[in-house]
Amino acid sequence: MYSKEVMNHFLKPKHAGEIKGADGVGVVGNPICGDKMTVYIKVSGNKLIKIKFKTFGCAAAIATSDMICDLAIGKTLEDAKRITRDEVADALGKLPLIKMHCSNLAADALKKAIEDYESKK
Amino acid sequence: MKVYFDNAATTRVSSEVLAAMRPFYTQKYGNPSSLHSFGREARTAVASSRESIAKSLRCDSEEIVFTSCGTEADNLALRALPKGMRLITSSIEHPAVFNSCKRLEEAGVGVDYLPVNREGIIDLAVFEKSLSKGVGLASIMHANNEIGSIQPINEIAELCSGRGVIFHSDAVQSLGKLEINLSKWPVDLLSLSAHKVHGPKGVGALFMRKGTKVKPLLCGGGHERGLRSGTENVPGIVGFAKAVELATNNRVKNESCIGKIRDKLVRGVLNSCGGAWLNGPKKNRLYNNAHFGFKGIEGESLVLRLDAEGIAASTGSACSSTSLKPSRVLLAIGLTPVQAHGSLRMTLSKFNTEKEVDYTIRKVNGAVSSLREITCVE
Repeated sequence: MYSKEVMNHFLKPKHAGEIKGADGVGVVGNPICGDKMTVYIKVSGNKLIKIKFKTFGCAAAIATSDMICDLAIGKTLEDAKRITRDEVADALGKLPLIKMHCSNLAADALKKAIEDYESKK
Repeated sequence: MKVYFDNAATTRVSSEVLAAMRPFYTQKYGNPSSLHSFGREARTAVASSRESIAKSLRCDSEEIVFTSCGTEADNLALRALPKGMRLITSSIEHPAVFNSCKRLEEAGVGVDYLPVNREGIIDLAVFEKSLSKGVGLASIMHANNEIGSIQPINEIAELCSGRGVIFHSDAVQSLGKLEINLSKWPVDLLSLSAHKVHGPKGVGALFMRKGTKVKPLLCGGGHERGLRSGTENVPGIVGFAKAVELATNNRVKNESCIGKIRDKLVRGVLNSCGGAWLNGPKKNRLYNNAHFGFKGIEGESLVLRLDAEGIAASTGSACSSTSLKPSRVLLAIGLTPVQAHGSLRMTLSKFNTEKEVDYTIRKVNGAVSSLREITCVE
């Protein structure tokens, strides 16, 4: 049911972990629904220089978390905020329809992390 | 290493079963309704298969109706509910019964879904109380497909029979594993399936005690005494009978061999992974069923991590492919939705070995540890 790309990011996520002293943290989802993710960012000169995630959820939730890090790293905050859920899914070679709504939360988590950083500035 | 621990989903067909079926595809392929020798051959095979299954269940061969699967048998069974009467069922039934009940409710039938205790077993006193006036049929499964809990169906059947309530039980998971004695138990309807006992997919049966009336689901040529029209799945039926015969003859041996390695699996997983527990009962449980809960982990990701190591297991929880909701059964035994999401079902068969169990214990521990490293839920 999952693409090869989803399975790669799920089985060997490159960006899993936590950033101690992160500049911004975004939390979305609810474990009651089966998915919750936390995104940590480090910002320098208006650019995302480091992104990490911690996710409770299915393979799609973990893969989208890892993919958003791939897509956003090095981008300006403005560009990173514009990454959509659909772009994350497309980069993974599509997600099963049933997962598009519940498990594709990574773009929202990143946006929240950036907003968290901006609110603290 | 490839390990198949999903035998509650389906099983490998035994070589003896396949051997028994093969001639009915290639040589004895007649239609049992035909008058010629090919037809007679097929008819005889269906009749002796029916007798063989009836013998295992201690019922009359005329009381066995072959169907296309367990789901069909369940659907057919519930059609025995007399018009205008209520139906009693449990909150942990297989979707074949549960969703049929939901459909009946839409059509205006009153349905009560009885609770179960933390072990997934129905309270007989509660059950007895529910059998008020106006109840026409009760449907309670013999053994649960997720957590393996076994209901006291003999006692439940006695309570029903004393009040003139028709009693149906879905015995798809218990067939071949538990003793079923229809000469003693006053069960009226019992659903069965071949592919859970090393038989082929696409064939099931409904035991219907003499005098029980159901409205057929299919209209057609009047096969199966008018109860299930459609040309009989002759190879499937022959394979079904062989599978039941093998399971019945080896029941005691299978129970001790499979039970031993299942116990080792349970001990190994619980001892090696912190924050792990067993869902379902300790006693009154199918001997091949293990069902774990893990703190901070979502079941689908665990199943897919294990799949990457060659281990086939399943999750009764969220994201189980078509539904994102946590398992209704796990919520019914009192798990929180978060706990229910972190579940793993492993169901063994006679083809599994102790080596596979050792390998699996190591891999479960590895997968759980690595998922815990990246989770954000304590």
